[in-house]
Amino acid sequence: MSLVLIAVLALLALCLVAGAILGFAAIRFKVEGNPIAEQINALLPQTQCGQCGYPGCKPYAEAIAGGDKINKCPPGGESTIQALADLLDVEAEPLDAVEGEKPQMVAYIREAECIGCTKCIQACPVDAIVGAAKQMHTVIVSECTGCDLCVEPCPVDCIDMLEVGSTVQSWKWEKPLAPGQLIASDRGQAA
Amino acid sequence: MSDLNHADALKIWNIPGGIHPAECKALSNRTPIQPAPLPKQLTLPLNQHIGAPAEPVVTVGERVLKGQLIAAANGFVSVPLHAPTSGTVSFIGPQPYPHVSGMLAPAIVIDSDGLDEWCALTPCPNYQHLDNSLLAELIRQAGISGMGGAGFPTAVKLNARPTQKIHTLIINGTECEPYITADDVLMRERASALISGIDILVQLIQPQDVLIGIEDNKPEAVAAVRAALDGHRYQLKVFPTKYPSGGEKQLIQILTGVEVPSGGLPADIGMLCQNVGTCVAIHDAVVHGKPLISRITTLTGEALAQPMNVEVLLGTPVSELLAFAGLAQGKLNRLIMGGPMMGFTLPDFAVPLIKTTNCLLAATDVELPAPPPAMPCIRCGECAEACPASLLPQQLHFFAIGQEHEQLKAHNLFDCIECGACAYVCPSSIPLVQYYRAAKGEIRDLEQKQLKAEQSKQRFELRQERLRRAEEQKEADRQARAAKAAAAKAAQAAAAESGDAAAAAKPAGPTDEQKKLKIEASMAQVALRKAEKQLAAHVTPELQAQVDELRSAAVAAQQALDASMAANPPTPVAAAAPAADDGALKKAKIDAAMLRAQLRKLEKLEEPTSEQQTELQQLRTQLEAAEKLLASLQAEAPAPAAPKPAADDRAVEKAKIDAAMLRAQLRKLEKLEEPNSEQQTELQQLRTQLEAAEKLLASLQAEAPAPAAPKPAADDGALKKAKIDAAMLRAQLRKLEKLEEPTSEQQTELQQLRAQLEAAEKLLASLQAETPTAPTKTAEASAVDPLKKAKIELAMKRAELKKAEKAESDEATLNALRAALAQAEQALHDAEAASNKPAPELVRTDKKPIDEATRALKTEVAFARADLRKLERDDSSVADALATARQRLADAEQQLAEHQSA
Repeated sequence: MSLVLIAVLALLALCLVAGAILGFAAIRFKVEGNPIAEQINALLPQTQCGQCGYPGCKPYAEAIAGGDKINKCPPGGESTIQALADLLDVEAEPLDAVEGEKPQMVAYIREAECIGCTKCIQACPVDAIVGAAKQMHTVIVSECTGCDLCVEPCPVDCIDMLEVGSTVQSWKWEKPLAPGQLIASDRGQAA
Repeated sequence: MSDLNHADALKIWNIPGGIHPAECKALSNRTPIQPAPLPKQLTLPLNQHIGAPAEPVVTVGERVLKGQLIAAANGFVSVPLHAPTSGTVSFIGPQPYPHVSGMLAPAIVIDSDGLDEWCALTPCPNYQHLDNSLLAELIRQAGISGMGGAGFPTAVKLNARPTQKIHTLIINGTECEPYITADDVLMRERASALISGIDILVQLIQPQDVLIGIEDNKPEAVAAVRAALDGHRYQLKVFPTKYPSGGEKQLIQILTGVEVPSGGLPADIGMLCQNVGTCVAIHDAVVHGKPLISRITTLTGEALAQPMNVEVLLGTPVSELLAFAGLAQGKLNRLIMGGPMMGFTLPDFAVPLIKTTNCLLAATDVELPAPPPAMPCIRCGECAEACPASLLPQQLHFFAIGQEHEQLKAHNLFDCIECGACAYVCPSSIPLVQYYRAAKGEIRDLEQKQLKAEQSKQRFELRQERLRRAEEQKEADRQARAAKAAAAKAAQAAAAESGDAAAAAKPAGPTDEQKKLKIEASMAQVALRKAEKQLAAHVTPELQAQVDELRSAAVAAQQALDASMAANPPTPVAAAAPAADDGALKKAKIDAAMLRAQLRKLEKLEEPTSEQQTELQQLRTQLEAAEKLLASLQAEAPAPAAPKPAADDRAVEKAKIDAAMLRAQLRKLEKLEEPNSEQQTELQQLRTQLEAAEKLLASLQAEAPAPAAPKPAADDGALKKAKIDAAMLRAQLRKLEKLEEPTSEQQTELQQLRAQLEAAEKLLASLQAETPTAPTKTAEASAVDPLKKAKIELAMKRAELKKAEKAESDEATLNALRAALAQAEQALHDAEAASNKPAPELVRTDKKPIDEATRALKTEVAFARADLRKLERDDSSVADALATARQRLADAEQQLAEHQSA
């Protein structure tokens, strides 16, 4: 009888100690914000284009953390969906966009037609357009995320979205066909 | 060199893995270096090195000389570009570029003129005296990048790092890849230049050891270098041939036994590696002042008739070089730039030769057969044994297929030198290197995207922060303004409170409460109008409701104001103290005048707003009230004067002044071209007032002689007064007669004046008629006085007679006057006789009677002078008017003078 009592008391004491430690840790090491939303945000391309229906990447990250679908980011494309699926341990879904995955774009202002209204500057989420009122504007190509938010406000339609072409520097090798996936002419030879 | 003992000096180490492919070097190393023919056109890509592309400094059409700078380094990790021959720049833009992709790249195209004319060079054979920074600058300006194949800017590599001193300089003469013999022949033929280049490097970086590594398959090169080394303490190390011992990290391991850490650079362990070709280029640049414009390239392969090494100008088209080496087009299977292990197949023959091109391999089908189709990995492990970097190619292969980037990085994918040894030994013919290259490219791409995303995020957040701050600042400003306005209001309220007593003492105009009400009413009006404007722009039910609300508010405010005004007219005090004295009258007048001025100001506004309209209405009512008050005051003002009639002359004077003022006011009003109704009524009032005043004056004046009558001839004072009265009346009469269009009032006034004047004259005449008797009767006592009096009497009689003559009086009066004159003369004579005084000598001055013309002229002169004086007194008179008045006076005087002299 006493043995049982001792065991119960011991367990009770253990529970109390563990609870105290957990309680202390919960207060002392409290994490501000939602850590999973931060991780998701780190995977998003940060174009701030709003094509997901949220006003920026962070709101979408928070929405995903709250249970939204992971396939609403056209600039991120399949690779982002895959990364999100891996992070959240969910099934990767095909991209939810009409045109599918688009190549990397960059805004280009036809400077001769620019009237210097500064509307695109106000629209740019990353301050990638330089210019002043009644002065010609231009896009800082290295900072442009290709979100195309500047195209709509332009009153003279002088902004084009150009595809970022591959250069010698940005060119990368193609991955070879996986072993066993042979082109037709090679099949006989391989057999 | 001191810490290496003799045994160490000769010791070499081994590297793991490695392969021994067929060397095929004998093809090209049997002939000396040939000069390549001068091509017609040179294409110089701006990016022949690792780093930022150079910036062109020439324009299309510009003539350039051999060795002239045509593109400047763009940043630190970049190298300049020089013209390899003299000629004209014919194009700057995208041109074929030696790359696997076959893409175009920006380049400068020079049409050679065949003269091969050098620009001015600044050779520096005595570089020993040069400062290190100057020496490094010379190398940088010469456009030298690694000649071994990677093309890293040499000057950047030589740039001293403060954290790690370079203690070992390694000269790479390994040339481990099959077929390539460019460094071999270079060492054979230009060993002395090589050693000179090493000397420069040694001076620049001051290493403890200098190691020259050459594979044992180049005995001639070893012999040449050894010969050239005579006297130098550089160590020449010859080691067994094995691929890829020429790799930087592999060579360091072979020569020193030290391994470069994963992800690190040779500089991290105090080593610096330079290719022999780079050393020769440095020698040329410093000693001869020649920039890097040519290089030694191996032209080899079974498809070439004469494989050889050529010294070729950069930018020379590959096709021309192959033609020079006798390319058999039929035999050619693949054209490879670089060696068979690490080179790449050229998609196009039009590409130019660049700074890193050490070999062109025109291989036949037999030499380099197409790789057999890849088979699945059998996990034999051959690749791992062949890997010189001790990696696990097999694992990397699987991770690359599965795109497991984290695993690839964990397995040190980036330490892979892409030597191709693994693929060479693979029994399944798996293109392993291609997998690694693709995986590396993808990882780099993702990392770059990640970096950009991070940067974008940062910029986005900074922007958000900036916008938030701007918003906050705006809000703060708004609040500050509101607080300021509130403070000002409070101060005003305090001032109003403290000044309440004072305000009560002088309650001219509307009270504070009325003012407040007025402000409220006008504010309500403004708000209403604003809302109405908005409503006109966009009709919404909310706006409509708002407008209705505002309208009712405005009406309420106006009503409150009107009620307040009606209950408490703005001039209550003036009304409370009626006609107590002239002060009240004056005040009432001033009030009325001020109101009138305000009214006129408002009437002048072209488009009066509703507020102004209401204000105008208020002013009019106020003015009316003020005028009524004034009228009553004025009506009363003569009244108090009436009870003391003719008590003294002051009452008459006052009445006269009143009348004059009223007249002036009346005239002023009559002058107004378009009198409005208020002014009309005012005019009427003024006229009635004037009439009243004149009647009063007339009665006063009529009375004035009366009081003089009770004391007739009591003294001369009464007579004098009567005379003055008569004179004044006469002047007034004359003034009135001068008016060109006398109004009815003026007419009546004129009539009255005439009547008064007659009365006054009659009185005067009666007084004067009395006086001659009186003084003679009374002044018998004194002797002198009667005499004087008699004289005056005579003069007066004479004047009276003259006047009567002038007035063309009837004969009876004239006779009476003449008789009076005679009588006065007689009286004077009597007086003279009676005065016992000697009779004065009668001096009869023959005074000619003044004729009419002279009088008219004199009058004219007087008038002209008077006018001129008046103008001169008036400051506001115009200069023209003054001048004409002066002229008039001068003319009049001249005429008078002429007349008198005539």
